[in-house]
Amino acid sequence: MSASNLERVLKSGSFAVTGECGPPRGADVEVIRKKGAHLKGYVDGVNVTDNQTSVVRMSSFASSLVLKEMGFDPIMQMVCRDRNRIAIQSDVLGAAALGINNLLCLSGDHQKFGDHPTAKNVYDIDSMQLIQTLKRLRDEGKFLGGEEVKGRPDMFIGCAENPFADPFEIRAMRLAKKVAAGAQFVQTQCIFNVEKFEKWMEMVRDLGVHEKIYILAGITPCKSIGMARYMKTSVPGMDVPDALIDRLKGVPKEKVSEEGIKIAVETIQRVRAIKGVAGIHLMAIEWEERVPEMVQGAGLYPRPQVN
Amino acid sequence: MIVANRKPFEEIVEMVKPYHKVLLLGCNECVTVCATGGSKEVAVLASELRLYREKEGQPIEITEHTLERNCDPEYVESLRPMVGNYDAVMSMACGCGIQFVGEHYRDMRVLPAVNTTFDGVTEEQGVWAERCLGCGNCILDKTLGICPVTRCAKSLFNGPCGGSTGGKCEVNKDTPCGWQLIVDRLKEMNLMEKYMEIQPLKDWSTSHGGGPRKRVREDLKL
Amino acid sequence: MNYPTNVKIVKMPCTGRVDIIHVMKAFENGADGVYLAGCLEGECHFLRGNLRAKKRVGHLKELLEECGIGGERVAMYNLSSAQGQRFAEIAREMTEKIRALGPSPIKKHGAELRAQSVTSGEQRAQCAE
Repeated sequence: MSASNLERVLKSGSFAVTGECGPPRGADVEVIRKKGAHLKGYVDGVNVTDNQTSVVRMSSFASSLVLKEMGFDPIMQMVCRDRNRIAIQSDVLGAAALGINNLLCLSGDHQKFGDHPTAKNVYDIDSMQLIQTLKRLRDEGKFLGGEEVKGRPDMFIGCAENPFADPFEIRAMRLAKKVAAGAQFVQTQCIFNVEKFEKWMEMVRDLGVHEKIYILAGITPCKSIGMARYMKTSVPGMDVPDALIDRLKGVPKEKVSEEGIKIAVETIQRVRAIKGVAGIHLMAIEWEERVPEMVQGAGLYPRPQVN
Repeated sequence: MIVANRKPFEEIVEMVKPYHKVLLLGCNECVTVCATGGSKEVAVLASELRLYREKEGQPIEITEHTLERNCDPEYVESLRPMVGNYDAVMSMACGCGIQFVGEHYRDMRVLPAVNTTFDGVTEEQGVWAERCLGCGNCILDKTLGICPVTRCAKSLFNGPCGGSTGGKCEVNKDTPCGWQLIVDRLKEMNLMEKYMEIQPLKDWSTSHGGGPRKRVREDLKL
Repeated sequence: MNYPTNVKIVKMPCTGRVDIIHVMKAFENGADGVYLAGCLEGECHFLRGNLRAKKRVGHLKELLEECGIGGERVAMYNLSSAQGQRFAEIAREMTEKIRALGPSPIKKHGAELRAQSVTSGEQRAQCAE
C-alpha cells in the first residue's frame, strides 16, 4: 500500500483534488498552520512551494513537515535552481524519512524574478533528470554516483507541465518524456484558456500518455481584474484570454472576486469532463479560505478516504 | 572571441585616482573585435581620462600602448623596458591578459578597465552574443549544433522550461529560448524523434567547477 | 557668407570619415564645442556616411558627459552643400549655444591642456635616449 494518500486516491479511480500552501517569508509557523486549516478535509494532498518565483520563503521541507503533522499528505516541491545533485538526494532521503512521500520535480523560476537576483543559480541537473534520480533512488536503490542506498525512499513522483508555453507542439511530447523518465503524476499550469487545454489534452491522448500518468488540471481563481491582468502580462507561460478579463470587468466592482470563484468552479467542471483528466490542482494563492466553497461548488466534497 | 565591456567611467576614475603616470594597455585580438579594448578604444579612454583629470585640476599622464595579444609571454615581455616608468598599468584586455601582465610585473599595480563577460560571436556588426562557456564536455553533436548549456538560461538538457514564450526566454524577451532554437533545428532536419531522447546527467567536473583548468602538451614543451 | 570667426573648419570627404578620437582630440586641444555638418539624410554622397556620423555623435555625447566635458558641446547638423545661408546660421547657432555654456571645463584653471597623446613609438624613442 502506498504511503502517499494522493497515490491511493488516484489509483482508486476517484477524481483527485490537491491544494497548495505557500510558506511564509519568515519563521512564523502559525502562518502555515492557518493556511492548512482552511484546506483540511478538502484536499487529498497539498503542495508546498519551494522558494517560488525565486523569493526566499520558509523551506518547502520544513513547511511540508508542519502540514504532515496536521494530518495532510504533503507534496513537496523541489526546484533545480538552488540545489545540486548532492543536496537534492540528501533532501529526498530526509523527506522520505519523515513521511513526506510526494515530490514534485521542477526546474524553477529563474532567480532574476525574485528578491535575490544577484544570487548564483545551480541547475546542476534539470527537472527531467530529477525525475530519473527519484526513480533510481526508489526503484534501484542507487545514488547517482552508483553507490547503494541503504533504506530506499518511498516516493510518488510528480512533475509539472505547461500546456500554454511555447513551443506548443512539443508540450505533449515533453510530458511523454517525463513519463519515460518516471513521472507518475503531473500538475499543469493554471488553466484560463480551456480550449487550448483541450487541444493539449488531445495531443496527450494521441500519444497515449493519459493512460500512463495521472493528469491534474491546474485551477486558480482570479481575485481581481488586476490579478488577471498581472498574470496575463507579467508571468511567463500564462495564457489569460481577454474574454476572461472582459467577464470580470462586466460585473460590479464588489462582485469581481465572486465572479472569479464562479469562473474557477466552471473551469473545474469543464476540465473534469475532458477524457484523461484525473483530478485538479487548486492554487488559491493567498486565498486558501475560498477552497472549501470551490471544492463543494464543483461537487467534489467530501474527499474519499482510501486505505 | 572573448567579449568584454568597458567599466563605468566612475569606477575607472576611482581606480586611477592615486596615480599620475599610467600605462594604458590594449589588445589587438578579441577586445578589438568587440570594440572594447583595441587601440581605438584605448585612445578614446586615454582622452577621456586626460580631459577629466585636467578638469579636476589633477592632470594625469597616459601612455597608450596596444599589444598584439596579452595572453602570450613574448608579447607581454615586450613591455619590460617601459613598464617601470609608470605608477600603474591599466589594461583594456580581457581578464586573462590583465592577470598575465600582473604576473609578469609583480611590483606593478595592474588595473582592469573592462569587465570580461563571455565567449561569443559577432551576430552582426555591433552585436556580440554568448555562445560557449567552456564546460569541457561538448555535446553539440547531440543538439544539432546549438548549445543548451549556454543558450538556455537554466542550462537545461531536456528543455524547454515552462517559461518559454514566443520563442523567447523568460529571463529576457530579447534572448531567444535556446530550446526553441534546438526544436526548430530538429524540425528543419526532420529529426523530431531525437527530442524524445532523455539527455543524461552532465559531468560538470570538466568545467570550472572542477577546479582551475590547464592544458598541457608535453611534446611542445621546450 | 558671414559666419563667426571662432569657428574653425576641418574639411573631411564625408562626416562618416570623422572618428570618435578626432572629436576627443579637438576637446583635448582646447575646443569649447565641436559640430559635424553633413549632408541631408538620404542625400549622402557616400550613401550612409552621415548616418554613421550621427550615431558617433550620439556616442560622443555619452563619452563627453561621463568625463565631465558635457554632451551638449558636440552636435550633428545636416544641410546640403548649396545651403550657404544655413551654413552660416548653424555656425551662429552653435557659437551661441557654446557661449552660453561657457568655456570648456578644462580651462577652469586658466591653463590649456596640451595634447599629450604619447604613442608607443615616441615612448620607445624617449627610452632609447
